[in-house]
Amino acid sequence: MGDSIKLRYDVNGEDFVTCGQASEDVKRTLKGIGIPSATIRRVSIAMYEGEINMVIHGGGGVAEVEIFEDRITIVLKDTGKGIADIEKAMQEGYSTATEDIRELGFGAGMGLPNMKKYSDEFAIESKVGQGTTVTMTINFQEDA
Amino acid sequence: MSLYIKPVYLDADKCNGCVSCMKRCPTEAIRVRDGKATVRYERCVGCGECVKVCLTHAKKESCDSFDMLKNFEYTVALACPSIYGQFNHLDNLDYVLNGLLKLGFDDVFDVGYYSRFVSAATRRYIKDTDAKPIISSACPAVRNLILMRYAHLLDHLSPLKQPEEVAAEAAVEAAVKKTGLQREKIGVFLITHCAANLLNKADPDNQIDGFISLKEIYFPLLSEMNKLKASDLKPKAACDSHGVSWGCSTGESMGLGTKNFIVADGIENVMTVLNDLEHDKLGDIDFLELNACTQGCVGGSMNLENPFLARTRLRLFREKLPLVSAETDDISKYVRAKPYESKESAFLLSANRQEAMRKTILVKSIYDKLPKVNCGSCGAPTCKAFAEDVVNGLKVKCKFSKEEEIEIK
Ligand SMILES: Nc1ncnc2c1ncn2[C@@H]1O[C@H](COP(=O)(O)OP(=O)(O)OP(=O)(O)O)[C@@H](O)[C@H]1O
Ligand code: SF4
Ligand code: SF4
Ligand SMILES: [Mg+2]
Repeated sequence: MGDSIKLRYDVNGEDFVTCGQASEDVKRTLKGIGIPSATIRRVSIAMYEGEINMVIHGGGGVAEVEIFEDRITIVLKDTGKGIADIEKAMQEGYSTATEDIRELGFGAGMGLPNMKKYSDEFAIESKVGQGTTVTMTINFQEDA
Repeated sequence: MSLYIKPVYLDADKCNGCVSCMKRCPTEAIRVRDGKATVRYERCVGCGECVKVCLTHAKKESCDSFDMLKNFEYTVALACPSIYGQFNHLDNLDYVLNGLLKLGFDDVFDVGYYSRFVSAATRRYIKDTDAKPIISSACPAVRNLILMRYAHLLDHLSPLKQPEEVAAEAAVEAAVKKTGLQREKIGVFLITHCAANLLNKADPDNQIDGFISLKEIYFPLLSEMNKLKASDLKPKAACDSHGVSWGCSTGESMGLGTKNFIVADGIENVMTVLNDLEHDKLGDIDFLELNACTQGCVGGSMNLENPFLARTRLRLFREKLPLVSAETDDISKYVRAKPYESKESAFLLSANRQEAMRKTILVKSIYDKLPKVNCGSCGAPTCKAFAEDVVNGLKVKCKFSKEEEIEIK
């Protein structure tokens, strides 16, 4: 087994516009090592949703990504306001996004459910006032 | 040596190595080596951006020469609707088509006529498929961009043939029937405004033998058109109002019977929409009409008129022409025989995953030491691309870094 690829991104909590750069770079990296397209799409959606949540709800943070031969692990860590009721937050359609954010097309309450749906392993930890950490693992299935 | 189609080529004497084209290329296909722009053709989508941006006109589209007509006993020209936007005071489409006959073609086909069948098949396909939004496959540059950089969205790409392909098939059939000649003796030529069309040559079903630049024949054509009298005109034009509209953006979407479409033109804008699709952010959209050129085909690099004026001219024709629509329940005839295949291998660091991962780690360690200013003076479009080039064994230098720092150990 060779070494894994470790990537680290600062996700700026103020910046809506550049949001998505980390997932874009991860996508490019996965393409460079020949990961099948279907898997790339799953990674891309899951990571993008996580990045957006860090910006909109979490006030920014750090994304740490590790790519192994057979899987990718994504850890998204912010030191924002945290989530009081994780079970509720995980429900489809639940959102605390403001009207303004909804105007921008976010706030459907589908981010966390989709992140869970597209990853093979999903964990979320959060403490109110301290921050949230989401960990996702996606296995590389070869295209049928 | 290369098996790849070369939609563009360099007139090396004119190239001053300014790096403008390299900076503009959406797939990072260009490198400047020894002061001259080179293209990695396995990555070229034929968008023509490099041609449009080059101030010294060193970058050109690699079209076939008009002399190629001599290789055939019978020749047919295919004229795309955008051509009708290129002439001032044109009041009858038949002047253009009859002008082409005068130039030496034995017959001429109005591609816009065939768009009604593609629209009908697309309407049907929108009803039948779950892979929405459907991405139009009409723009060959966008099609190739998807195959190279967005292969994970391939499910969305329309599997249907496009009007010029349907027209080419009809032209072959008609010519064989009329002349009794063998297929090889019949030459089907697309009068093209866009370098990306040339990539059709790699398609196993391609029926177009030659791609002739509109720019090359424009003035001879104009002079033939000026000699024509209304009474000389053979009825060749067959576009309806939708058909003529396909020459510019939105034209295609208007014939689909859905209001839920997005139209984006210009390669950057196209990528913005594809990124949103990738992130599932488009919502309830049925169809994406994406054109690499500004305003659609009228913005192609081999047109003469500015795309905005050309668009207005097409609109005026649209208002004059009747609307004729077709219906089809069986779209199989319009589905391409061979499905599109990913071309993403052009961006692989190695076909072996372990080796590719090892290289990725190296790229990262080199990239971390670079100034990340993307100045382009090394001959690569970005610092990231430079790091990849170093790892791929190219002898390149960075002005801002010490050589021993970026050497691979
Ligand atoms: N990193 C985070 N920090 C604090 N709260 C969060 C974080 N991530 C999610 N939440 C809370 O969980 C809720 C649900 O998140 P989810 O991503 O599912 O939906 P959303 O972001 O509101 O809308 P969408 O993702 O569909 O645009 C959010 O509205 C927010 O209250
Ligand atoms: S734009 Fe490209 S082809 Fe034209 S002069 Fe500059 S480097 Fe050469
Ligand atoms: S035609 Fe487009 S893709 Fe090809 S080299 Fe030029 S800018 Fe790049
Ligand atoms: Mg969200």
